[in-house]
Formats: sequence, C-alpha cells, structure tokens
Amino acid sequence: MRVLTPHCLSEALDLLAGDATLTPVAGGTDLLVSWPHRPKDNLSLLDLSRLHAELAPMRMTDGHLELGALTTYWDVITYAPIAGEFPLLIDAARQVGAIQIQTRGTWAGNVANASPAADGVPVMIAYDAEVVLGSRRGRRTVPLCDYYTGYKQTRRAADELILAIRLPRQRRDVHWFHKVGARQAQAITKVGVAVVHGEAGWRVVANSVAPFVCRCRNMEAALESGLHPTGPEELRAIVVRDISPIDDLRSTADYRLNVLARLLYFAPFMPGPANA
Amino acid sequence: MSIGADIPRLDGAAKLLGTAAFVDDERIAGVLHGVTIRSPVARGRIRAIRFDPSIDWSQFTIVDHRDLPGPNQLRLIDVDMPVLAATEVRYKHEPIALIAHRSPRAVREALHAVHVDVDPLPPVFDPRTPLTPELIQYGADNVFKRIDIRKGDPAAVFASAAYVIEGEYVTGAQEHVYLETNGMLAFHADNRLVVRGSMQCPYYVLDALTHAFARPRDAFRVVQTPVGGGFGGKEDFPSLLAVHAALLAEKAGRPVKFVYDRQEDMAVTPKRHPARIRHRTAADRDGRLLAMEVSVLMDGGAYVTLSPVVLSRGTIHAAGPYRCEHIHIHGETRLTNSTPYGAFRGFGAPQTLFAIERHMDVIADRLGLDPAELRRRNLLKPGDTLATGQVFRDDTDLVALLDNALMHADYTKKKSEHAGFNAQHGYMRRGIGFACFQHGSGFTGAGETYLASEVWVEGLPDGRVEVQTAQTDMGQGTTTILAQIAADRLGVSTDAVCVAQPDTSRVPNSGPTVASRTAMVVGRLVEQACDDLAAQLGAFAAQGTASPGERIRDWHARRPGTTLRGRARYVKPDTIQWDEKHYRGDAYAGFAWAVHVAEVEVDLRTFATRVTDYVALQEIGRVVNPTLARGQVQGGVAQGIGWALYEKVALEDGAMKNAQMTNYIIPGCADLPPIRVFFDEQPSPYGPRGAKGIGELPIDGPAPAVINAVCRATRAVVREIPMTPEDLMELHSRQHGRH
Repeated sequence: MRVLTPHCLSEALDLLAGDATLTPVAGGTDLLVSWPHRPKDNLSLLDLSRLHAELAPMRMTDGHLELGALTTYWDVITYAPIAGEFPLLIDAARQVGAIQIQTRGTWAGNVANASPAADGVPVMIAYDAEVVLGSRRGRRTVPLCDYYTGYKQTRRAADELILAIRLPRQRRDVHWFHKVGARQAQAITKVGVAVVHGEAGWRVVANSVAPFVCRCRNMEAALESGLHPTGPEELRAIVVRDISPIDDLRSTADYRLNVLARLLYFAPFMPGPANA
Repeated sequence: MSIGADIPRLDGAAKLLGTAAFVDDERIAGVLHGVTIRSPVARGRIRAIRFDPSIDWSQFTIVDHRDLPGPNQLRLIDVDMPVLAATEVRYKHEPIALIAHRSPRAVREALHAVHVDVDPLPPVFDPRTPLTPELIQYGADNVFKRIDIRKGDPAAVFASAAYVIEGEYVTGAQEHVYLETNGMLAFHADNRLVVRGSMQCPYYVLDALTHAFARPRDAFRVVQTPVGGGFGGKEDFPSLLAVHAALLAEKAGRPVKFVYDRQEDMAVTPKRHPARIRHRTAADRDGRLLAMEVSVLMDGGAYVTLSPVVLSRGTIHAAGPYRCEHIHIHGETRLTNSTPYGAFRGFGAPQTLFAIERHMDVIADRLGLDPAELRRRNLLKPGDTLATGQVFRDDTDLVALLDNALMHADYTKKKSEHAGFNAQHGYMRRGIGFACFQHGSGFTGAGETYLASEVWVEGLPDGRVEVQTAQTDMGQGTTTILAQIAADRLGVSTDAVCVAQPDTSRVPNSGPTVASRTAMVVGRLVEQACDDLAAQLGAFAAQGTASPGERIRDWHARRPGTTLRGRARYVKPDTIQWDEKHYRGDAYAGFAWAVHVAEVEVDLRTFATRVTDYVALQEIGRVVNPTLARGQVQGGVAQGIGWALYEKVALEDGAMKNAQMTNYIIPGCADLPPIRVFFDEQPSPYGPRGAKGIGELPIDGPAPAVINAVCRATRAVVREIPMTPEDLMELHSRQHGRH
C-alpha cells in the first residue's frame, strides 16, 4: 500500500496527472469498510487531509450553495443558512450512518464512491447540483444527474479531482425526501426518493433502484402534466420505466418498485385521493 | 437483606473502565494465531488438501485429524461430530485443518494458499425433503430425536368437537450477535494444558478436551475469561474451538490464540433452530380447548450438538399455559447439511410458543371471541395439568396476570382508538397484541439429577467468603446475584462476599450457565453451602455478638493453613417425579410465567412495522436484583423483536450468506419502544428465597405478541417469522390483491 499526502491542491493535481491508479481519500468511510479483508498490495491512496484550506470551505454565493470537496455531512447539518433553502441536505445527512460517519464522511466522497445507495446524492440531484472537476488540464463542471454512466462508473477522468459541488439557489416550494432502510438508523438504503419542485420544475430522484442514483424523468413529466393518480398502481406503471431495481441481500426488486410508487402516491405534494 | 436490593453489578466498574480483560486482550509472550481451513461445500468426500508451494509452510504449525491424541469426536450429547473432518464433510465451512503462525496477517493470507478438493455428495437442506438412500447420514432416517407427549385421547375428541382449527407456523434461524466474538487461548503451564476463553460452560469444555485428547481431567485447566455476551451461543461451540486451540498449542509447543472476526463468527457458529409447527385444535362453542395435536419439526443441521434437548424443551412448551385434557405433541429434529444449529436463549420454547400464541389468536378470530377472553377461559388454574401431566401447583393467578398486563397496556381503550385511527388514516395502521407464556427453570426432566451440581462457599482467612461455582457471568449478572444470595443467607454485606472466577482447577462442577438455572438451582445450592459453612462455624446465635466475618477469622486463627468450606450438592426434591421414557411427570421444578403486550404501527407505504409500546409483566418468583432482572427482560424483548421483525439468516448451501452486521439487521435503539417491565412475585419452594429463572423467559413472548399486533393492525394472517417488510408486502398483496 502506498499513501501520498500532497500539501496543496496544485501538488495533488500533479500527482493525479502522473499516476492514474491513485484513489483520493477524504473521510475514508467507504474505503475502510471491510478494510481487514481488502487487498492492499496494489492500493495507492491520495490523502486529501492537508488540503482543508482549499477544499473544505462551504459558502452561499448569490447564485449557488457551494460545498467544497472536503465538506462533511456534519458541516452541512450545523450550517444554519442551509436549513431554509436546502432542507433536504440536512434530512439526508442526518440519516447517513451514525454521527461518527456524519462527521467524517464528505459529500464529494459520496458522489465519487458512486454507490447506487448513496444517501447524499438523490437530494443533491434534486437540487440540480453540478460537480466541479479539476485537473492539470483545467476545470469543468458536470451536472450530477449526468455524472454516472453505469454501476460505479462516472465521468471523472483518472487525473481529475472533485473540487466542489455547486447547487443553484432558486425559489422552490416542494422539498421532500424519504429513506427506507432496514432499521431507523445505521442502515443502508433499500429504496430512497427525493422530490423537489421549483422554478426549474419537478425533480424526482431515487436511489437503490438502479445501477446508479437516477432521475425518474417519466415521473417528473407526469407531475408536470398535472397527474392525478387514483391509486399507487398508476404511479407504479409510470416509475417502472424510470428504474431497474434488483433482488439482492437487502431487499427485492418488487419491494423497491412498489414502495417507491407507494411513497410517491401518499406523499403530501401528490394530488389525488390519498391527500383529499 | 441483600436479596431484592439493587446491588450494582460487581463486574460493572471493570467493564466501564475497560480494565476487564477479554480473551483477545490477554497478552502472552510468543503466542501464535490460529485460523481454520474449512469445507467449501455443504457435503462431500475430501480428496486432498493442497498447500501452495509458494509459501514456506515450515514457518507454520499445521494440524489435521491425524493429530488428535484421542478419538476424532467432539463430545457433546452425542459424539457424531468430528473435531476436524477426516474423510467426509457435512456442512459448508466445516473445519478440516488448522494452521497457526506468529503473525496474524501472515496466517490469514496463508489461508488463501490452502485448497481443499472435495468430491460433492448430494446435500439435504430442507428437513422435509423425502429421503433417498444416498441422503441418509444419521441413523436409519436422519432423525436426531423423536419425542411424543400424550395425554388423554385427542383423536376421539376431534370427531365430535364444534370447532376444529388448524394452522402451520414457521420460525427462522437467529444469530446471537454477542458483542464479543468467539475466542480461545491454549498454552502449557504446570504440566497442564490451560485453556482460557469466552464460554458459558467450563466443564463442557473440559469434557470435550479429556475426550479428544484421551487424557484425565487433571491434564487440563479451563478458565472462563470475561464473556461479552453468550445467549446460548457459547454453550456448545466453545468446546470445539477449545479443542482446536489445544491441538495447535500441543503441536507447536507454544501458546495459540483463536479470535474469530465477526464474519467468520456469524458464518460458522450455531444459530437458533428453524422450526415448523402444525397445530390442530378442537374447541367447544364456548371457546374451551378440548384437544390439541401439535407436530414440531426442527432443522438440526449437520450434527446432533444439543438438538435433542432443544426439541425436548420445545415440545414440552408447545401447548402453552393452557388447560386441555387431550393432547398429543409429536416432535422431530432432523439432519440437514446446514451449519449445526445449537443453543439459543429460549432453547426451542420460543419457536413452539410463537406457534401456540399465534394459533390462539387464529382460534379467537374463528370463534369470534376477543383473544383475551379466549385465554381467560383456558389459562391454567391450580390443580390443572400441563401436557406432561405435571400438576399446576403455583400460587400464580394467570388470569389476573393477563388482566394486569392488559391494564398496564390500556388494551381495551387502545383497541377502540386503533379502530378509529385505522378507519381514517391513509396508510398507517395500528394494532395491539399479546402473548401468554411460561418458561421452565433449570434442566428438563431428570437433567438436574444427572448433573448433580456441586457448589462451595469458602470462608477466607480475612473473614470474607468466596462463592465457588462454575457459573459464568456473560453480562447477565450471575456474579452479582450469587453474591447477594450468599450475603443474604449468611447475614453479611455483599462487600464481604467475592465470587470465584470459573476455573476448573478450583471451582466445583455446578453445571453449565444455561437453561435459566443459575438463580433458581445454583442459587439454592449457594444457600445450602452457606448453611453448611455456618454449621461448621457453629450456630452464630449461640456465640454472642460476634459477626460472621469475625467468626470466620477466628476459625482460621485457630486452624491456620486449613480450608473452611461449606459444600452443597443437588438432590432431587421428592415432590418432583419424571418419567423420561414416556415424557410424563414434572418436566421442571418451577415455571416462570408472563404476559407481554405489544402495540405496533405498520406503515403501508413501506410495510415497515414499528413497535410503539411494550408491556412485559412476569411472575418469576422472588426478584433477586430488580435492575438486573429488568435488564434481562428488556434485553430479551429487544432480541425477540429482532427475531420477529428484523433478523433474517439468509442461507446459501446451508450456511449464512449475510454474515455481516450491515446485512443481518438487529434492531437499534431507535427501532425499540419503551419496554415497561412489571414483576409479580410468588415465591417458589425450590429457589433461593423463592427465586425462579428469568434468563430465557423474556424472549419467548415478544414474537407472538408483536405479530399478533401486526395481524390486528393489518388484518393480514402472518404465520412465519422473521416477518420483514418485504414479507408483509407479499402477504398483503396475496390477501388484498395487487398493491
């Protein structure tokens, strides 16, 4: 195992440019799972812990909320300005692991790890987040909803580092998030969904129902067109076209699909008999 | 008066401060780390064990079946299980060979360089599988044990009964998830093989060592280190791990330590027996139970281990706490090629009590009676007999116990509130359910007579007394209550009593720490040993004002260098009679009784069940230490809720596939309701100051109480646990059509 510890961002990008096998590590909360059983001989880590001054800051600008790459869940939970405009970030952060994980785990790490069950990602996609990537070649931004290309596959090139995540500030009138785990806390999501409505329209984003966290565009379109469902089956028939859930140790494809439809049907923003 | 007092746990400070040394904390010079080479398949013939030549194996100690000095048999109830498989394997992960090395990392990596070639044989995974000759691996028919309990003539009753109600109920395996995984250390000292480790039964371990090494008892010394939870999971399994560690230590001539990580511990150690129980019940128009036929089928796994006695306790409890004159209970435990199932808190009773208590609710629905009213009409009254013919002599008023529990839970009011709530809410459903049950204290039938447990209480030169038993404290408070019992009997403060660390070189065999026997059976022996000590000191009252401590010091002053020891040995009370052949008579000297009431809320969006309130009322005789007793109940309820709603052992080739805490879900604090504990105390003639057993009782009731509440809330008819949200969704869609 090799650990490289750059002391500034520019050094980090140089190292990444020179070695395509480096794995950046921030909070380490994903990397350290099963650590004793993980083969380490060929593991090369890029330790980001000394880049705090450049990558941690979190700020609200006129147009955006910007989360630096080392911003933790706990930073967001305790940052008062977020509660009014981006409440789902706090909802989601509070449901990640336990407090120990929340204080170490980072939003950028959650994006980079690319788990289909990532709890921080659905709410960020629902807020139209963009990922700011940097490398020796320059900077670019990628919408988070287009960031994933397959299971654990992303648009980040080997020499790129996530520098920040930017969420546009907008008027939004619906913010709703529901995580279903096998217990109330310390659980990996079986099915989760974030719904936001604002100037940009409806956003419906689900996790643990596809190879990566995904927007449910058919459901969004149905909401835009003034859907008025009379039962959960009606939503099931729509959302089934947005997702591709599987059976695994944690749940079943059938459960994931049904529960997603039922959560949406009974959600407070959904028109129809459930909220009559 | 230390009995009934909230004496803080004697072991509490050391555990809080982190100074208690668990087996993995023991530092020993030159220790080697042991690991196990295991079978890759559920059943087969071992063709070869290949050691990859890329590793210098001379640096390792390697043991296989040829290294056993004695028979290759693990001595438990039977001797069918090999210590290390020689020619045939019967379950996935069965131990085949052992290796040890100075470096824990090197030995773990070396495991990947050992390959076991096995020619597969056809396995059995379901005990209902029709047998063909090639599947038979035990006796004539793979049946480890058969039990029939008969009373009256049920067949004659069914023909004329107003109602006949049938039902089948299924319970799953359960993993113990003790905080401390299994661990064992073996080394030579003073010409003996010393084994120290995490265990419930030091003398079981000693028996297994003497058998596998073919050496006398004094060739070994077995010491229990502090145990971080057992729940039965350290009753049978530590015998195997101890022999493994001892074999490597013997061959290496150096100390050897085994500490399983969580994944290995979950994957390879025994679990609760899965069971399938069929009920057929005859009732009259008033809801009186006329006859019961019960059949209990347990999956025993690949070897006998403790299955016969688990089945025994299961069948004896299968008819519940009810009066019924015509009963036939048939039980079988059969072999499958799964990891051997073993002891788990409740020991067969939670399975059969889940079945009868679900079935009672099914009967109530069929007869149009409130489930509480059905129970009131059938609960045992003094003079009634249980299934084995044992006469119910307790002073416990079971109907009052039920009514008190329902009152604490506000049952009647909640029922009508729930009806209103459920009619108006879109997706939340509330319900309340309960279970009535009992648990026999101590070994079943003649078990205590065979054990002939012995207890010593020694007066020390400094005037204190030491209680010497093999009873192990695994967090449940044994040390503290035994000190309280001795202090109470001798009339001294608990500060003047110490409790010996279980060590077979210096404590007598007072039997295993299992079967809810410690407080009642061993506690009574502690009292008797105290009486013997007092008799040796002479009657206290006759010697003026000298305190017991002064008297003990005085005794030693007059007889320097000698031992002052009170002794007691179990003698079966004449009032208890048991016929092992026909399963008739007094199955237990005493039963503890309980009614648990659960209130639940089911979310029909996610089909998740949350237990929102819980009342546990039990009659356990005299409560020795209220805080510890409450802890036992709350822990048992949490574990029972886990078994009912969360804990699903996923099997692949008969072995646990979800052997990680991320995927085997135990409930956390946020999932648990307030657990409100109440005691009713009716002193038993057989326990110290009237105490009965409490360790297992609390896990017998939660599953039926919670599932009965779920059925009330959703109108689903749930017959199988664990009932995960996925299972409830399936059931809901089957019973109500598409979602």
